[in-house]
Amino acid sequence: MALTTAGSIVVLDPTGERQLAGRPRAPRLASLEGRTIGVLDISKARGDVFLDRVSELLTARGAEVRRYRKPTFTKPAPPDLRAEIAEHCEGVIEALAD
Amino acid sequence: MDLADGLVVIVKRDCATCVAVVPVLAQLAERAHLTLYTQDDVGFPEGLSPVDDTSLDVSLALDIETVPTLIRMEGGAEVVRTAGWHRERWEALTGLAGLGPDLPPSRPGCGSRSLDADVLDEILVRRRGATLASRHIEVGGLEDELEAMFDRGWSDGLPVIPPTPARVLRMLEGTSRAPSDIVAIVPPDLVTATVEKVAVNAVLAGCRPEHLPVVLAAVEAACTDEFNAHGLLATTYFSGPVIVANGPITRRIGMNSGGNALGQGNRPNLTIGRAIQLVIRNVGGGRPGEVDRATLGNPGKLSFCFAEDEDGSPFGSLAASRGVPEGRSAVTLFAGEGVRGVVDQISREPESLARSFAACLRTVGHPKLPMAFDALLVVSPEHARVFADAGWDRARLMAEIDGALQLPGREIVRGAGGIAEGVPESLADATLPKFRPGGLLLAHAGGGAGMFSAIIGGWVSGSMGSEPVTREVEPWL
Repeated sequence: MALTTAGSIVVLDPTGERQLAGRPRAPRLASLEGRTIGVLDISKARGDVFLDRVSELLTARGAEVRRYRKPTFTKPAPPDLRAEIAEHCEGVIEALAD
Repeated sequence: MDLADGLVVIVKRDCATCVAVVPVLAQLAERAHLTLYTQDDVGFPEGLSPVDDTSLDVSLALDIETVPTLIRMEGGAEVVRTAGWHRERWEALTGLAGLGPDLPPSRPGCGSRSLDADVLDEILVRRRGATLASRHIEVGGLEDELEAMFDRGWSDGLPVIPPTPARVLRMLEGTSRAPSDIVAIVPPDLVTATVEKVAVNAVLAGCRPEHLPVVLAAVEAACTDEFNAHGLLATTYFSGPVIVANGPITRRIGMNSGGNALGQGNRPNLTIGRAIQLVIRNVGGGRPGEVDRATLGNPGKLSFCFAEDEDGSPFGSLAASRGVPEGRSAVTLFAGEGVRGVVDQISREPESLARSFAACLRTVGHPKLPMAFDALLVVSPEHARVFADAGWDRARLMAEIDGALQLPGREIVRGAGGIAEGVPESLADATLPKFRPGGLLLAHAGGGAGMFSAIIGGWVSGSMGSEPVTREVEPWL
């Protein structure tokens, strides 16, 4: 047992003790022209209304828009969906509305 | 442990019998090969060259319960031992006559220092501390230890018990599972929680070791995809995990299913509910204002756990209704908000009381929103008696409530009743149930007086949000 100095106590860390690896952000896009942009609807009510308009504006600026949708807003996006977006898109907009 | 052949005696100064037998020990030292171990004073017995066992290593290795203990070793193994002073036995064991002529024939010994309460923790840590994998953090002598727990962000807002290695080791004695066994992947950070990590948080929460299996089962249930603790934490809604405990363990550990079952005052109810929230906070990293985005929250997010009164229930247990065999213990987790009362002091007919339940249940979330929120109905004994007297069981009551909660679309479309909230106009001609199939849970608890039951409203129901999840406790015992 480790000796402790008088009056001190040892406790065990109740946290997950995560070691976070820092990852750099992907480079920012200089322009939307000719870029593929994913638009992810998290399935909140009327999110589609908002994202329809966002998609129009993106298309008008020359971007190719790909639409995606999470099965439910209450859970993280499934890994397959995240992988698909990462594979096909150069940028992504995730949004909700209520 | 290798001990020399011959006679071994373990003594301590703080024992009148040990002091009394010093002349006998001198006789043994003279006439045989004697090794003396002293537990508390390296100078005792004077002149007999005692071996220092103030670390108690030898006493523990020999499993000494009483001092003095006399042992004969041969070929490196113990042959025979006797505890306390007993002339006949000492003479038989040593093969020497005339021992302690001035002593009475026998005198009981004293408790071994290795069993003293003040050294048990230290011994426990020395023996098993190396099995603990969690980071050890030293809290300085100038820090108030309870304040230090707050300062490190480990508290839910109330004081917590510092999780010292000894406390965690004692907590781990509440389960037969290895500390390294994995219980769950805890959201939102998706961190692996071992039995040990859950035990550390159970200490923080104030649990006793016998509560740990219930906490482990609850953590396992909460971290399933169906229950969706991630979304439940992240939601702006009021809800948090509500634990209904069933089975023999609830009685064994003294959980409350009677008066004030949903309230304060019962340690296992309060600390088990608190422990699971601390696991999500500390292991999962889920904290209010961060991933927890609750608009208002509710006080049950500190702890919301109770046992079902099974013996007095005409409905069978909630766990049994969810497939748990009779005689087994289980927890059912429900994503619930606060408690609202159902008052009906007049109904003596089950049909009337069922309609009262239905009328109040309709308001869960909003009276014009069907199939959006589950609910947990906690029927009190005085209300349950009305159904029991009429021969109604769980299925009958549920069917009656369901029948009374078929909502005409025209009453619940947007704008109906002058209220904008509601279902789309296209559903005006439909009839919609308030609860999805399986969306209403029923439990029985409470004190013997009061014609009040309780509704605990749910959160987003089903695969879109949270399914109630039941897990047996036995695998974690």
